Amino acid sequence: MAQKAIREYDGKAIFAKHWNEYFDGFHYGFKSVLVTSGDELKEIAKKHGFEWLNQEALVAKPDMLFGKRGKNDLVLFRTTKPGDVTLDEAATWIDEKQSHEVTLLSGEKGHLTHFIVEPFTPHTQDQEYYISATTVGEDDVLYMSAEGGMEVEEGWDEKVNEVHIPINMPDADMEKAVKAHIPADIPDANKTAFASFAIQFFKFYRDMNFAYLEINPIVMLDNGEMAILDLVARLDDTAGFMMADAWGDIEFPTAFGMEDQSKEEKAIAEADSKSGASLKLTILNPQGRIWTMVAGGGASVVYADTIADFAGVEDLANYGEYSGGPTTGETKFYAETIFDLMTRYSDPEGKVLIIGGAIANFTDVAKTFTGIIQAFEIYADKLKAHNTKIYVRRGGPNYEKGLKDIKEAADRLGLYIEVYGPETHVTDIVRMALEK
Amino acid sequence: MSKLYTKDTQAIFWNNNKTAIQRMLDYDYTIGRDKPSVAGIVAPTSGNKFEKFFYGPDEIMVPLYKSTPDAVAEQPQADVLLNFASFRTAYDVTMEAIGIEGQFKSIMVTAEGIPERLARTMNQAARDAGVTVIGPATVGAIAPGAFKIANIGGTIENIVNSKLHRAGSCGLVTRSGGLFNEISNIIAINADGIAEGVAIGGDRFVGSVFIDNLLRMESNPDVKYMILLGEVGGTEEYKVIDAVKSGQITKPIIAWCIGTIAKHFSSGVQFGHAGASANADAETAAAKNIAMAEAGIHVPASFNDLPVTIREVYNDLKSKGIIGEIEEPELKIVPKVRKKKEFICTISDDRGEEATYAGFPISSVATPDTGKGIGDVISLLWFKKQYPEWATQFIETVMKTVADHGPAVSGAHNAKVTARAGKSVVEALVTGLLTIGPRFGGAIDGAAKYFKYADDNDLTPAEFLNHMKKVGVPIPGIGHRIKSLKNPDLRVEGLKKFAQEYFPATPLLDYALTVEQLTTSKKENLILNVDGTIGILMVDMWRALGYDEEEIDEFIESGTLNSFFIAGRTIGFIGHILDEKRLAMPMYRHPMDDILYDVPVAEEIK
Repeated sequence: MAQKAIREYDGKAIFAKHWNEYFDGFHYGFKSVLVTSGDELKEIAKKHGFEWLNQEALVAKPDMLFGKRGKNDLVLFRTTKPGDVTLDEAATWIDEKQSHEVTLLSGEKGHLTHFIVEPFTPHTQDQEYYISATTVGEDDVLYMSAEGGMEVEEGWDEKVNEVHIPINMPDADMEKAVKAHIPADIPDANKTAFASFAIQFFKFYRDMNFAYLEINPIVMLDNGEMAILDLVARLDDTAGFMMADAWGDIEFPTAFGMEDQSKEEKAIAEADSKSGASLKLTILNPQGRIWTMVAGGGASVVYADTIADFAGVEDLANYGEYSGGPTTGETKFYAETIFDLMTRYSDPEGKVLIIGGAIANFTDVAKTFTGIIQAFEIYADKLKAHNTKIYVRRGGPNYEKGLKDIKEAADRLGLYIEVYGPETHVTDIVRMALEK
Repeated sequence: MSKLYTKDTQAIFWNNNKTAIQRMLDYDYTIGRDKPSVAGIVAPTSGNKFEKFFYGPDEIMVPLYKSTPDAVAEQPQADVLLNFASFRTAYDVTMEAIGIEGQFKSIMVTAEGIPERLARTMNQAARDAGVTVIGPATVGAIAPGAFKIANIGGTIENIVNSKLHRAGSCGLVTRSGGLFNEISNIIAINADGIAEGVAIGGDRFVGSVFIDNLLRMESNPDVKYMILLGEVGGTEEYKVIDAVKSGQITKPIIAWCIGTIAKHFSSGVQFGHAGASANADAETAAAKNIAMAEAGIHVPASFNDLPVTIREVYNDLKSKGIIGEIEEPELKIVPKVRKKKEFICTISDDRGEEATYAGFPISSVATPDTGKGIGDVISLLWFKKQYPEWATQFIETVMKTVADHGPAVSGAHNAKVTARAGKSVVEALVTGLLTIGPRFGGAIDGAAKYFKYADDNDLTPAEFLNHMKKVGVPIPGIGHRIKSLKNPDLRVEGLKKFAQEYFPATPLLDYALTVEQLTTSKKENLILNVDGTIGILMVDMWRALGYDEEEIDEFIESGTLNSFFIAGRTIGFIGHILDEKRLAMPMYRHPMDDILYDVPVAEEIK
């Protein structure tokens, strides 16, 4: 996936790193810390450069890719009145928030682990603005509003001005377009400064290869001082190879509420990163009845579609693919992982294993099937104990041998198997398996 | 452009991806193309000039180039670029190719994960230049029976099974490359194969989208109906719907969007490609399938029912007479076992009735009545060309001129000493030949190289002398032991006279003579000598024969000029060796009084 969300803290760090290069006439202090506990926060407060943690009123909130933190009551900015939170209070709050599971209004559940702590910035509502940029269709779009803060989503069309910027638009035209669309309700005294900031914001977004960048609100204080109160950002991670220095040390965390990857998923992801082939695994329902081992990205989608159509999505245990010419060893490891997972919970109807795939372009089918057969040898008893029916469909280089080998091995091991080649429609084995 | 490719289409393949190229050539052979579909390969880091591939049972050589501009300079007919560069360089390669005005009609980009902003810039530049980009992140496209990109269609067996070896009547567009083969197979089973197929690529930003390809197919008379395999995410299918509604597309379309599963999962699970992520309800597979069906596109109930829909549409068109019968072409079968050749020969051939020199039977150049001389034989065997008479006579003149220069020169001396040691003719000969190099005979190469350099860079004679002083090399080809302007070397005079009379022009000689005027004004014997004259006139000869400067530089670098000296002087050396044998001269020992002995005792190093 090309677009990956980053933490608010990391987004601000990229701003800080390049601020002087881009934001001429404006100043940004970048007083932010990212911590995973109250103790860590207090430790940082002892360091040179972080004296402000002791000196200023603080704001603390989780930094875990989800929004609407205010509405979820997950922003600490007041004890008795806004702007009175001390270091100790912030540390205590953080420890309390991570001590239990949290359920968001949107329904996601999980544990809070990362918090961003910043100084409380006193300002007035009319100093708050909204700005964001992203790609829509083939164009970049810059969004600007005189109204910052969380209200902006209500009444988006009336409050937000859009500027469409085609990829080949010269800078002079882009600047003209931005200036022409500055929201009318920004005070006249601020219009020029806001336009200047918006233009530089867009260039920054563009050059840093952001896929999405939103500041809501951006606060324009006196003397060009800017405060980024809330930031959401996604990077185009395919640009990573050329942006390593510009981005610095960036982490792409898993979305909150997505249960952390299982041990097996992590192991497959690790094998994938070491291989020239592609190995992917997502467990959808560990107790699911139907397990798939599908070669190829497109095929893995149509098998999932077809299983959902014929059986219902709750029966589908996993989603994933092995493709791009994996070695026999890699295929064996992948198969073992699936077989292990699918023999953990029993199902009265028995299990179904779909070894599917389209007609390969260059993957040697017999070679990859050798890996699956080796895994059969290890898991045959368990698969039989779970009353597993195996359906195979594959084509491509050397497929006749692959199909013959896998059939022979299953028969020898006493496994139930049906084997089909390119003369059978790719997903038809799902129908056959479920009609039984 | 109603068709993406024809049977004459040739491509430049960027990156020496041997397996993929071999698959293309196997396809070419199978379908009986006249010319291979790959005209050249860009391999920036390779030192080789060509790569060998099988073409059916035989091998052919496909030229390698350092860059795309180099490749198109030699292969201007190749209007397709197959960009197999990695995601790091694919953008630069594509942009460079788009910049070569009017050269490429289509560019296929295989790399997955090109930075999105670069992909967008690249796709826009291509649109502005009227170049069709297939990809990025694709296995490519195919025009069955005409042209196939790299690995698309898989093995040759699968291609024949899926009827991708000859044109059918369907236009196929998919996003996924893996499913492209699958759908081709379904079409082969349920209909009559495809006329043109494109896998547009899995990245979010691809150059040509569904509608671009479908509009082209609409105007391609070979396409009678189209199949579109879309995916969850994006709104490209709606452009197709609009084109159907507005009547821009009138041919029947069968369509299905995969990824209906995605609606069951709120977020986090990426089903399919980078481009496959629904950001709005309208982008879900289900919504698109419904919208397409409402527009009159043939949409099956599920992916599993796609074969049935294809069969229905095909049979309907056939019963209406829109689709006729296809005659199955005869196929040439690529042999299963092929042996690579260890050696290559491009100059002569001894396989037929009579051996040939560059295509000419030996008897046709050997006897006097053929009117051919040794110069003709050299032009055939060394240059694979039939040089005109003035050039072959010049070559002979050179050979005769350099045949011998007496017994005292070092090469002849070495040959004589070896012969007197009782060695054979060949042993004595190579001893003499091994002496040829930068100091003995090498002035021919050197003169050609430096005078050509001076002339190419428009140096005045004075600047040239200065340049050589800076390089620290005495000018090769200038100077003689005793000869001078007043007492000219008659061999040189003869060569000059011949050239001036028979060469179409002698620009380098003319230049060299202005240099000689300057050098002889400094010292009487700094004349253009025989080595210099030969080297310089060879350059003039090749220029007049139409070789470009790069080819001539290559001749100089590869030592071709020296070869004339080697071949000519062999005659003289053999003469000296035979002379020694005839005279039965004893073993030679050099007189001790001719050696300065100065041998201190070796110092001890502790």
